[in-house]
Amino acid sequence: MAESIKDKVAIIGMGCTKFGENWEWSVEDMVVDAVYEAYADAGVGPEAIEAAWVGTAYSGAGGSLLGDIIKLHDIPITRVENFCATGMEAFRNACYAVAAGVYDTVLAVGVEKLKDSGLQGLPDSMPRPVLGVGRTAPGSFALIASRYFAKYGIGKETLAKIAVKNHRHGALNPKAHFQREITIEQVLKAPIIAWPLGLFDCCPTTDGAAAAIITRQNLAPKVRPDYIPVKALALSVSSMWPQFRPGFDYLGFSANVTAAQSAYQQAGIKDPLKELDLAEVHDCFTITELIIYEDLGFCPRGEAKRFIDDGVFELSGELPVNTDGGLKSFGHPIGASGLRMIYEVYKQLQGKAGPRQVKNPKLGLAHNLGGTPQVCCITILGLP
Amino acid sequence: MIGIKSIATYVPYFRLNRSELARAWKGGSIGGEKAVANFDEDSLTMAAEAGRYCVRDWGRDQIRGLFFASTTPPYGEKSSASILSAVLDLPKETFTMDLSDSLRSGTSAFLTALNGVQQGAMKEALILAADCRLGRAGSELEQLGGDASAAVLLSTSNLLATFEGAYTLSDPFIDFWRQGDEIFINSWEDRFIKLYGFTRVITEGIKGLLKKYELTLADFAKVIIPAPDARTLQEVTKQLGLKPNQVQDPLFANIGHAGAAQAFLMLAAALEEAKGGDRLLLANYGDGCDLLILRATEQAEQARGKTYLANFLSSKNALENYEKYLTFKGTVEKEPPRRPAPDTSLPVLWRDRKSVLALYGGKCQKCGTPHYPLQRVCFGCKAKDQFAEVRLADKKGEVYTFTKDNLYGVVDPPLVMTVVEIEGGYRIYCQMTDRDPEKVKVGMPVEMTFRKLHEARGLNNYFWKCRPVRSEGGGKNG
Repeated sequence: MAESIKDKVAIIGMGCTKFGENWEWSVEDMVVDAVYEAYADAGVGPEAIEAAWVGTAYSGAGGSLLGDIIKLHDIPITRVENFCATGMEAFRNACYAVAAGVYDTVLAVGVEKLKDSGLQGLPDSMPRPVLGVGRTAPGSFALIASRYFAKYGIGKETLAKIAVKNHRHGALNPKAHFQREITIEQVLKAPIIAWPLGLFDCCPTTDGAAAAIITRQNLAPKVRPDYIPVKALALSVSSMWPQFRPGFDYLGFSANVTAAQSAYQQAGIKDPLKELDLAEVHDCFTITELIIYEDLGFCPRGEAKRFIDDGVFELSGELPVNTDGGLKSFGHPIGASGLRMIYEVYKQLQGKAGPRQVKNPKLGLAHNLGGTPQVCCITILGLP
Repeated sequence: MIGIKSIATYVPYFRLNRSELARAWKGGSIGGEKAVANFDEDSLTMAAEAGRYCVRDWGRDQIRGLFFASTTPPYGEKSSASILSAVLDLPKETFTMDLSDSLRSGTSAFLTALNGVQQGAMKEALILAADCRLGRAGSELEQLGGDASAAVLLSTSNLLATFEGAYTLSDPFIDFWRQGDEIFINSWEDRFIKLYGFTRVITEGIKGLLKKYELTLADFAKVIIPAPDARTLQEVTKQLGLKPNQVQDPLFANIGHAGAAQAFLMLAAALEEAKGGDRLLLANYGDGCDLLILRATEQAEQARGKTYLANFLSSKNALENYEKYLTFKGTVEKEPPRRPAPDTSLPVLWRDRKSVLALYGGKCQKCGTPHYPLQRVCFGCKAKDQFAEVRLADKKGEVYTFTKDNLYGVVDPPLVMTVVEIEGGYRIYCQMTDRDPEKVKVGMPVEMTFRKLHEARGLNNYFWKCRPVRSEGGGKNG
């Protein structure tokens, strides 16, 4: 294997807007707020930015989308898209450009404005007139829940605990879309969106933006003492059409497994449950978070229920997951989510996570999933 | 010798109890129930169903003619027969023809096809008749009209019934009519159009036929008359002096009058009970009449159950109420879902035709990995373009996993979206239809059915769905 990205690049500044139904804010407003928070956090200005990557799935096209908003002209800017993993893809590409030695300092931005469409859920991204018609995002993941339930005999109660946990974490986060706790009973009584997933098993459709400024790790200490190095970056892309794929078992995603293997190898992680201090994972639906526990090796196959029941992934547990509320509570503006996850791990590692601060974290993982599903992007950050 | 090699019927899953119509309109009910096409069905898709079951035991190799008869074809301009030929995977050289505008179109198709087979232009010909006619709210036609289809395979060997003669009259008499842009059928006072008009034409036709072939009604075991209602049938019976056991039941109690398909549905029911040697008179009506003399063979007795009529009649579910009936028929406008409306693309549908119309998957000839839709590169061994094409339409399947989706807007929520594993390991991601959502589960046996997915830019986007097994009867799954 070629060299790892470990300890080559570091984050020196980040910004993230309040996520939610941001009726008063445009794409432009949110990008400006996220980027200028990142500038202020890093203590650098636009003149430091040599290149930029902007991730959005539905809210614009082309590099000029970003350049026009923050008046970054005549530098390389690339628009990135990789389904719901778009945000982390912007970050990953930015990191590699710095690691290649082409730039010293770059900007990665993710943004999505979903609430201007007047539609519920996400636009349909199936490109064929009849094949796959009837697919929705919750419906795609409900297929996994039905199969997992049939295989392992668990029920909606187990999934409900994930939603309750993430809302409990989100209630501690002033930037989260939803900042209130919910009960198991509320989750179980909520209207069904795509059986077996009910309303509280699903993340909301959300507006938001997040940004990161990245530099070479050897330059980072000159910018700030509490810079956060990147320990691993992995991307794995499997079939966009798992539903048609012969033999696909619906009990896990190969993209998760292969991306995690790569990321752990880069970061030198043998036992993620023991070695990671926190994880932000792509809980677009409660079942997704459950599957991720198993795919990423936080627990053995088929045993997620026991770990959930034992509170392993609670803020106070052995491996706190989605300390900021996750997609479920923080919201899911597609292009922004990957960077939002990195934002939380970054803040936690700096000890700046306020009431949801994990005690002395040294290593954190952010996991961004895309597709129906089959695109997995993982970033591991750690202290220098 | 020429005649019917196979005859099959299709009756949709839903029934509307006529007392529900009586409740809605505070009127009387003629009793029984009528068959109602699901919201994703039309005359074309129903014809595809009957056609598939008709040729199931015989294969499609010899068929070189496909005739589609309906007063309710989905398109005013665009042949349904050409689509059906592709759905049924008939050879491209198949002669296709659409016959419309008349209740008699089914038998007109029969006689046209018969000519083709007699003259050797086609070894076998398949006639598909289907209808879903709409009466206005509160009308007698709303009570009587049922949705169903039937298919007849004409051949020169292995016959259930041989053709012995025909007689046709054309008549300008108007009883039911509908202009191109109208949804509902218009009619005139019953006494004029039925008691006078229908009776006059049918009795005149039958008398002409008997005279031509020097036969009497006593020579027929069964006379099949697709009358517009029970009273008219009674009047014709009386005028002709038919014995009650000679009159074929009109299926009003459990299907209704299925328009252009009615004659063949009744013929199928008659053949299910016919003994070898029985002579049948099929007296089809519409803008005149087509009269056919058929004689059942010993083979008819061997083929009991092959019409699928009993199976499809017993596999059924009651529509909850009249409101649901109206939404199925699209005669009330519902608030659209707050979702992007599905679109279409002719070139994409064209390129996908083998997968989406004929339902072909592929099996890798290097490593055996199955796939659907057709691919260029193998999922298993990455071999390029080395596939045997396999038709999946008539294979058994089971639900690998599913969801009941309330977000995606459909006429009859929830949308049951399934991953079906077809025997051989093929996976098809598709909607489930004709289902009771409460009974859907992992591992449930299903069969494939051709349906209309959605309309976009005036185009019907047809595709396959799965359904709990109905063709074996009994409604085992719902």
